[in-house]
Amino acid sequence: MNFATKALHGVSCFDPVTGASSVPIYQASTFHQADLDAPGLYDYARSGNPTRHALEEAIAVLEGGARGFAFASGMAAISSVFMLFSAGDHIVVSEDVYGGTFRFLTQVLSRMGIEVTFVDTTQIHAVENAIKPKTKGIYLETPSNPTLKVTDLAAVCRIAKKRDLLVMVDNTFMTPYYQKPLELGADVVIHSATKFIGGHSDVVAGLAVTKDEALGKQLYFIQNGMGAILGAQDSWLVMRGLKTLKARLDVGTRSAERIAQWLSQHSAVKHVYYTGLCTHAGHQIQVNQASGHGAVLSFDVGSRERAKAVFDRVRLPIVAVSLGAVETILSYPATMSHAAMPAEERAKRGITDGLIRLSAGLEDTEDLLRDLAQALDVLQTLRISDEKKTFSRA
Amino acid sequence: MQLETKLVQSGVGKDERTGAINFPVYYATAYRHPGIGESTGFDYTRTGNPTRAILEEAIAAAESGDSGFACASGMAAIHTTMGLFSQRDHIIVSLDLYGGTYRLFEQVLTRYGLWFTYADLRDLDAVKSAIRPETKAIFVETPTNPLMQITDLREVALLAKEHGLLTIVDNTFMTPYFQRPLELGADIVLHSGTKYLGGHNDVLAGLIVTKGTELSEKVKFLHNTIGAVLGPQDSWLLLRGLKTLALRMERHQSNAFAVAQRLLEHEAVTEVFYPGLSEHPGHQTHASQASGYSGMVSFRVRSAEQVPVVLQNLKLISFAESLGGVESLCTYPATQTHADIPQEIREYVGVCDRLLRLSVGIEHPDDLTADLTQALDASLVTGGQLR
Repeated sequence: MNFATKALHGVSCFDPVTGASSVPIYQASTFHQADLDAPGLYDYARSGNPTRHALEEAIAVLEGGARGFAFASGMAAISSVFMLFSAGDHIVVSEDVYGGTFRFLTQVLSRMGIEVTFVDTTQIHAVENAIKPKTKGIYLETPSNPTLKVTDLAAVCRIAKKRDLLVMVDNTFMTPYYQKPLELGADVVIHSATKFIGGHSDVVAGLAVTKDEALGKQLYFIQNGMGAILGAQDSWLVMRGLKTLKARLDVGTRSAERIAQWLSQHSAVKHVYYTGLCTHAGHQIQVNQASGHGAVLSFDVGSRERAKAVFDRVRLPIVAVSLGAVETILSYPATMSHAAMPAEERAKRGITDGLIRLSAGLEDTEDLLRDLAQALDVLQTLRISDEKKTFSRA
Repeated sequence: MQLETKLVQSGVGKDERTGAINFPVYYATAYRHPGIGESTGFDYTRTGNPTRAILEEAIAAAESGDSGFACASGMAAIHTTMGLFSQRDHIIVSLDLYGGTYRLFEQVLTRYGLWFTYADLRDLDAVKSAIRPETKAIFVETPTNPLMQITDLREVALLAKEHGLLTIVDNTFMTPYFQRPLELGADIVLHSGTKYLGGHNDVLAGLIVTKGTELSEKVKFLHNTIGAVLGPQDSWLLLRGLKTLALRMERHQSNAFAVAQRLLEHEAVTEVFYPGLSEHPGHQTHASQASGYSGMVSFRVRSAEQVPVVLQNLKLISFAESLGGVESLCTYPATQTHADIPQEIREYVGVCDRLLRLSVGIEHPDDLTADLTQALDASLVTGGQLR
């Protein structure tokens, strides 16, 4: 079954009791037990809720894993997965991870005795060099946020397998429609389902899928034990989003490709980051391991002042934190998604003060291009040398 | 303003544009920024959501705290709070305790170098002697789940203060309607909002209330960073529940008295645990720190063989995990809520296989006592060999 069909007819897509075309929302916290010796399918909604369960099964099928789990947010999914490790363990992490992940690792998990090394995972030897005797896992984002660096998933998984390390991949930017890390050798896939999977800027949710049942059991224990689960109504909204994932991504990706091409020829733009551009350093690996380039791109206009001028002039995109929605969203990583990262760490990762991230929505591409054109026009009067003034202010 | 009034008025008048009496459910995850470096006060829903904020303000006000935080479940609230501690920190915990909390502490947090001593908090000397240089907090349930043991909150909070420890109280059984630990000296109050606060067995939620700016800021950081936040629809359901909290708690309590009395009289029952009974050993202490006794009643039958018969014969009262809803529920702690506590510890504490826990709902008391009576009667006939 192809992706689009599987998303609609895979599993849990209708209610087995009534045949209803949409799984009902079980707003129940507890379930009556008919017999002390024969516990029912569900007992307490933190441990299992039929609506959440339907979503968990659906994502497991789409990612090609054994078990799926739904969490209260992408960060709840990430923090729960990291609880698979214990004090004394060491984890190798992509250096340009999402700012919230960076914050959790450096300010919460570090206090629990877990050591993290951030490396440029696009360099396979750098990953190998970072592995220590107590290393237990590798955590990847590919393409990374916001400069879309591409890590060779199969290559990293081969190294990990040799040393018995767990590979975790944040697949938020790609979704299983474009990339299936478990098929490339990863052990756990994580999503901020708030983004493309939910897709409508109306629900905060996280998902995780394990490749095998044994790891699934461990993660289930943590999900139930820590309790950072997704509510029934929100589970239903995410499932509703899943049904149109392919259609939305097809459109968003097409627009992103056009916009990236157009921006890369614009004189006011210093650099464009999009894996679909053949000049992008990770283009070839991306083509090999994913079936699409996604709807997110970043571009650098040179300085904070120039970025601000663009934000002040655009009319169509929502200026906001988040991405992956039906609406085009423009964000400013330096103070939004990566605000939790110290300035020097940001600079190291190319998250400059001129960097703007665009998540292409479902608006007409020509309308988006016209809007960006009028906003970028203003930069003709602002020289890139204004950068210095901005840096001293920051 | 009295608590009932505060609770009913939660969110009223807050939606200035439309005047809607009930605050709307904001499903938005992201909020349009007026420009770079400008914010409406809301940026991203994990960090802050308008509907969740109304709930968080309401619970903070009800508990006389400074800040409230809504989490995905009661366990998520406990877990988020435990993020305050670091490797090697030590925490003293009520010996009788909800099994899920015990499981989180013993099977997850110990792996991160946190360590726990379970003490009978009724005995202040036992608490004192458990304090070590690494101790950072005392975690209290009062009444405890399921044995309804009463801890003197003022004394424990005072002792904690003397030693520079945080006092954390799980106030799920009492709710702020009956007991406000922050007014008695505690620093943090936790709730499984799934229970009385939600009150309808229809929403999972957890709440944290903190006292003091510094502590509030720390928990705010953890709440956003760990991300186990409550969704907007669930926040709204909880707010809806809060509005009738006072009415429900009064009815839960009067029904619980009726049920406890009936249980005391029944020959199939050997002990009844309800802090409202004057013979309950913690009755006086509880009366000095709370304004009511809530709706939780535990009891022991004569033999374990009676348990399945009672559960099978209950018609009105559902055999299910959880508590605090309008519907009456009966739980068997040994295999349900406390299944994760090793048997020898469970039995040492008193959570034996003859113990049943009732969450008394708001049905008519006569129907509840009749249902219990017939189920207990049946257990005497078919439960076979007594003793």
